[in-house]
Amino acid sequence: MSEKIPVLKASHLGISFGGLKAVDDFNMEIGESELIGLIGPNGAGKTTVFNLLTGVYQPTEGAFYLCGEKMNGKKPHQVVAAGVARTFQNIRLFKKLTVLENVKISMNRTMKYSMVDAIFRSGRYWAEEKETDEKALELLRIVHLEDKAGYVAENLPYGQQRRLEIARALATGMKLLLLDEPAAGMNPTETAELLEIINDIRNRFHVSVLLIEHDMSLVMKICERIQVIDYGVTIASGTPGEIANHPRVIEAYLGKDEE
Amino acid sequence: MSILIQSIVNGLNQGAIYALIALGYTMVYGILRMINFAHGDFIMVGAYTMFYTVPLMVSYGMPAWLAVVAAVAVCTAVGVLVERIAYKPVRNSGSISALITALAMSLFLENLAMVLFGGNPKTVTKIFDLPMIEVFGAKIQMKYLLTLGIGLAIMVALTLFVRMTKLGKAMRAVPQDREAATIVGINVDRIITITFAIGSALAAVAAMMYVSTYPRCTTDMGSMMGIKAFIAAVLGGIGVIPGAMLGGIIVGLIEILVKVYLAPGWYEAITYGILIVVLLIKPSGILGKNTGEKV
Amino acid sequence: MSMPKKIKRNYMLNLLGVLLLFFALFALFETGVLGSRSSYFMGIATTACYTIIMVTSLNLLVGILGEFSLGHAGFMSVGAYASAIVTNALADQKIPTFGLFLIALLAGGVAAGIMGVLVGIPTLKLRGDYLAIVTVAFAEIIRVAFTNFQITGGGRVMSGIAKLSNFYWVFWVTVICVTVMYLFIRSRFGRTVKAIREDYIAAEASGVNVTFYKVMTFTISAFFAGIAGSIYAHYMTAMIPTSFNFNYSAEFLTEVIIGGTGSMTGSIIGAAFLSALPEAMRTFAKYRMLGYSVVLVLIMIFRPGGIFGTWEFSLGRALDRLTGKSKKEVPENE
Repeated sequence: MSEKIPVLKASHLGISFGGLKAVDDFNMEIGESELIGLIGPNGAGKTTVFNLLTGVYQPTEGAFYLCGEKMNGKKPHQVVAAGVARTFQNIRLFKKLTVLENVKISMNRTMKYSMVDAIFRSGRYWAEEKETDEKALELLRIVHLEDKAGYVAENLPYGQQRRLEIARALATGMKLLLLDEPAAGMNPTETAELLEIINDIRNRFHVSVLLIEHDMSLVMKICERIQVIDYGVTIASGTPGEIANHPRVIEAYLGKDEE
Repeated sequence: MSILIQSIVNGLNQGAIYALIALGYTMVYGILRMINFAHGDFIMVGAYTMFYTVPLMVSYGMPAWLAVVAAVAVCTAVGVLVERIAYKPVRNSGSISALITALAMSLFLENLAMVLFGGNPKTVTKIFDLPMIEVFGAKIQMKYLLTLGIGLAIMVALTLFVRMTKLGKAMRAVPQDREAATIVGINVDRIITITFAIGSALAAVAAMMYVSTYPRCTTDMGSMMGIKAFIAAVLGGIGVIPGAMLGGIIVGLIEILVKVYLAPGWYEAITYGILIVVLLIKPSGILGKNTGEKV
Repeated sequence: MSMPKKIKRNYMLNLLGVLLLFFALFALFETGVLGSRSSYFMGIATTACYTIIMVTSLNLLVGILGEFSLGHAGFMSVGAYASAIVTNALADQKIPTFGLFLIALLAGGVAAGIMGVLVGIPTLKLRGDYLAIVTVAFAEIIRVAFTNFQITGGGRVMSGIAKLSNFYWVFWVTVICVTVMYLFIRSRFGRTVKAIREDYIAAEASGVNVTFYKVMTFTISAFFAGIAGSIYAHYMTAMIPTSFNFNYSAEFLTEVIIGGTGSMTGSIIGAAFLSALPEAMRTFAKYRMLGYSVVLVLIMIFRPGGIFGTWEFSLGRALDRLTGKSKKEVPENE
């Protein structure tokens, strides 16, 4: 039974801005522990799909379900509570907070101590803060940032900021992780490290991952299935092998990419 | 009936004054995304200039309203100085810094005036000696109609200026994309300075109209009037020139009508209430366009 | 799990420091060193105390939430009038003075807190300068309301309020208020509010209910401003709505900025110093706001974080440094 229900199911999802359809008839199913790639040329609507799936935008058509639960009408923080976490294409960290604090923000949702505990610095306060610190450090270890815990986030180099975003997303305790161009701006070594981290995350937490990526070789290498959109419309979907030879994909995406 | 007509004319007069001040806010906000809190105080500067220059004009046998030339000169100078000395250095440090700096300049001008002119209100010599006319039994001050006329004329002139002239087009280009404007050869600094100069000059005209209606100047006269004019600008749609006029007239009319018919003690609260409602329902104002933040 | 040892020591040190300050002031006022001017200086100290509460509570909004309130005096007036109405109503009940004082504080805080919820709601849609203007609007509406209500004096001075604010009580109320705010900031709640300040979209994406936390911060800030208002009312014993005007709000904001946005230390020193200074130098009182505004512009140009930035004074750390026990700077949570 539980295997039957996909982690994410989007059916006929669509949104228009002022009559212009940014995403149209978007369908997708992601099973447990699956890694799906979402690709398409610039401005194809990939990030808009992410914004739909995280409650930033409300769909004007269709619906999407997380483990069978309908997500339409939910606010971003409610979608997070339901089990979707994301990273951003243009890094959005809490710049002036420390690396550790950045991760702890995502854990606030499940922290229990009350305002009274905080003001009287009760045993519960100390215990939970310590426990959270430890959990956050554990997550930082996964993204290889454990020795940077005390750094102010904005002082991290670019590649590490991207990894911190992943740790922060992990800390929400999600079932589905949406990664928006996590390798953008990274050099080959950093990208390799990122791949290792993504694999590690999947092995540890059995989360499903939806990945937007520009780097075709990366997508081809790690994704089990790939969905291609252009002008908000899905033009192809299948295994990396199928996608690589799909005439419409070559026309819409690969052709343009090689200019 | 006659009270209604009189109130409407009063409201239009008040509204035209707000509108002229609102134009200054709108132009500066349009170009810099900054609420120039000190703008209201430019009116105070203008009013005090009138207070000192009107008797001079009269003693030299010139028409009293010519004092507005001095007021325009002083206000423009103050406006440009404020922009150059205080605003320019913080232009790129974010809207919060700009807001605080503007607030600081407002406090500075008010307290400087307090030191220079003292805390007692000053009475300005009569500027216009115009008759009253009777329409349907309502006594209407000609100077009110004059105010409205001046307000409309300035608005039309300004709209034409921004639409037709090269300088005006540059003023519209800067807020859209400052970098691109620089690339096509627009001197952004100069445009911003000119914007402040025009806004301050309009504040001087508004000051003349204000003191011809209420011949008093106090050091804090500008700040509250400024905020109401800002409300007018927001109501009409900030950055939109006809919006400032529309907003000004609406606020002026509502204030006077509430004062006369509904609750004399509450009219100010109504104005602020309007602001809150507008910002919550349509923050872009009546004539403005909606813009959202990009994720 | 109990309190880590080092933090316990710091708490004890801070308590000791506050006690020392209290007894120093006590000695100053009670031994007659100041002669006939003793009660005058006590008045200045009381003013400094409620100003400290005002400025630190405003700093919760400005420094921690990153939003501007240009109407903080409005919250203060709600606290002042609400508490005065309550203590007036209870005047014949033979409640001990201290009890009545606590009731006044609570009434003022709660009334202002409710107002904080109301003002907090627009923050859901508005940010930055538009929100700042909305706070001005709220404060002005409150002022107009108090000018019109009969129970608040109907536009005239509301007088005959019981003189309950004695400096020694006010001192401890201030200590408690500041401590509570400090502990709030350094808990999961304050941390979350800071995250909203940094990037509200990322905060939402991290599961933070931004709406809730924003309104909560406005409510807490208003609550403390209300307490400051109650102290004010029961210290002045007479007041008029126009005192709580835009300029008064602007003054608090000035003190926050000069002290340092986000620094409680800056707010405390800024508020104490700036509210005592003009009293100490009467001849300069006229130039006070003029001076503030110039300092403010200079700070914006040369040191936008304020004098203290986000730095916080710690007695423990200072002692460590003095005794040479100071270790390398490690990021600490307390």
